[in-house]
Amino acid sequence: MSAVYALFGVTLGGMALLAWRGAGPHSGIINLRCNALALLAAMWLAGDVLLNGPQLSAGGLLYIDSFNVYLVALTAFVGLTTAIFSNPYMAHERELGRLTGRRLRLYHSMYQGFMLAMYVVLTTNNMGVMWVAMEGATLATVLLVSLYRTPESVEAAWKYFILCGVGIAQALFGTVLLFFAAEQKLGVGGDALHWTVLNQNAALLDPAIMSLAFVFLLVGYGTKMGLVPLHNWLPDAHSEGPTPMSAILSGLLLNDALYAVVRCKMLVDGALGTHLAGNLMMGFGLVSFLVAALFLHRQTDIKRLFSYSSIEHMGLMTFAFGVGGPWATFAALFHMTTHSLTKSAIFVTVGHAAQLAGTQRMDRIRGLILTQPAIGWGLLMGTAAIAGFPPFGVFASEFLVLVATMREYPWLTPLLLLGIGLAFAGLFRNVQPMVYGDVPEGQKPIVANLWPVALHLAIVLGLGLAIPAFLGDWFNQATQLITGMAP
Amino acid sequence: MSITDLDLYGQAILLLAGLITLTSFLMLGQSRLPRLVMIFAVQGWLLAAATSLAAAVLDYPHLYVSAAMTLGLKGLLIPILLQRLMLRLGLHREMDTLTHPASVMMGGTSLVIFSYYVSLPVIAHSPLVTLNAIAVSLAVVLLGMLLMITRRQAVAHVVGFMSIENGLFFAAVVATYGMPMVVELGIAFDVLVAAVVFGVFFFQINDSIDSLNVDQLNKLSEVEP
Repeated sequence: MSAVYALFGVTLGGMALLAWRGAGPHSGIINLRCNALALLAAMWLAGDVLLNGPQLSAGGLLYIDSFNVYLVALTAFVGLTTAIFSNPYMAHERELGRLTGRRLRLYHSMYQGFMLAMYVVLTTNNMGVMWVAMEGATLATVLLVSLYRTPESVEAAWKYFILCGVGIAQALFGTVLLFFAAEQKLGVGGDALHWTVLNQNAALLDPAIMSLAFVFLLVGYGTKMGLVPLHNWLPDAHSEGPTPMSAILSGLLLNDALYAVVRCKMLVDGALGTHLAGNLMMGFGLVSFLVAALFLHRQTDIKRLFSYSSIEHMGLMTFAFGVGGPWATFAALFHMTTHSLTKSAIFVTVGHAAQLAGTQRMDRIRGLILTQPAIGWGLLMGTAAIAGFPPFGVFASEFLVLVATMREYPWLTPLLLLGIGLAFAGLFRNVQPMVYGDVPEGQKPIVANLWPVALHLAIVLGLGLAIPAFLGDWFNQATQLITGMAP
Repeated sequence: MSITDLDLYGQAILLLAGLITLTSFLMLGQSRLPRLVMIFAVQGWLLAAATSLAAAVLDYPHLYVSAAMTLGLKGLLIPILLQRLMLRLGLHREMDTLTHPASVMMGGTSLVIFSYYVSLPVIAHSPLVTLNAIAVSLAVVLLGMLLMITRRQAVAHVVGFMSIENGLFFAAVVATYGMPMVVELGIAFDVLVAAVVFGVFFFQINDSIDSLNVDQLNKLSEVEP
């Protein structure tokens, strides 16, 4: 457990330090080092759980098992690589005069604040604290969306705040109902909101209240996850904020919201003994997947394009968790990892591409591969990976989802294939002219650090070829935890 | 079961629940912003009264703390903050246009009926007070959303948002005797930060479009313009 406290301590300390010195010339480096320390703490935690199994803290407030430990490690890793990218990127933005020192301080401090909120969401055992941290993540990032103070970014931030605020309020209502159901059976007390207690006694809880609670929880956390039709804030917030923000929103926040939904699903499944929660998730997931794949064809802004791709992938994961069963659940856990790594790599590349071209409009970004081959290849490889080309990891996880669907709901497979095909076409019709195409006059290479991209894509490629034993064990254990069956 | 069969506590809670719903309806019909904020403050006071009543009668001392936090935050601090911001931005005389007030009220009424309909099967085995608490809080949440949908002013959106939180809080107090302390503190902290962030946004929006009419925030669209 001390690893978790170290994790919180490092992030909280970093937040305070950067609130004080976040505008200085070394602030990017400080941010990077805080994230490196957090990654060390996360590795320590992972090693601890690997050796000693699931752990519950003394007061029962924190709980680590194989389901959340790999997400903690993933969060810390993506947080670090994005911070590596953010350092020169934000310095460049400041040189361009888009940022002042005060805003840079806000950015750095809230970067750590957001990471802290993510770690709390993942490690807490208390469903109420989970809600508080999820709302905290909104509050930490909302002022970053309007960091550039353009009319568009202010609008995007307002939309993000109102939609996510109202959405997440539904999740609080769901949490209250959950607490109400638990108190009826377990007595009035402090630990009736603890996930471990709820999970042990799930069979006792009133099914009618639990199903109502799940509807509210799914709508609430689903808003944060960008499920259609609650997704309107997502492309705006991703496209108007600074690019490192888009990378961590897409790579981490969406995953963690899905994590919250799955934790709730486990409780509801235990109480109901039916497939209601799964059916709801399948419906929402499939609609999000198909609608987002269609929207990919109508985008003009490069960051909006990839945020719709995020909605599409979150839809697929929600669908896979909804299908249930060991195969689909394993695939969904795997897809959470591969999507998170690939999407944050893509946003890093997109950030460089937009700085290179001086615009986010896709019709003006041309000839990347000729101007700066690293960025062009990065974007091409990233898109190939996210579209599900073999041998990248996304292919493996999408293939597993397909196989699982064919076993359980064969009549839904054509829809999935249609969505994958649509998304593939939607991505490549836009990306190909940007990567190839004629170089506009006066386009010069920029200083870019692309090794985070290369590292992410290499890991995704490696995962597509073989899953390391310890990761496979975690996925297996998590699958067993979620479904009650071994894959 | 008629209302006179209940004990005095139950009757008092039902009265407060009714009054809280009434304030939600008053907000729906109020076009002057300062009065809207005033009604919101009254809702906060009623909520604090319900909380301290539950604390005293049911003997849950930790509810006094949440009553104090509700009174301080929702009853005093946030309304005062909003009033001062409105004065600074010159909005205190502004009227928000109400389109179709009668239909909005009818819509609000049907939302209340809908909330009771949704809550009925859930509370089949619970006392009358709990049924009303869950239904009323769901109604207040939905009425808050309706307020946000029908208004154009950012201030009204904030009031709607905070009133949604009030509804949730009422459910937490009456149905579950308050959330655990750590969660309540966290929620209060979130509400406080949200209030500050809203204040910051008023200035940003005002700088950006020179008014707080959020209808003019219309630059972004789902697909190519």
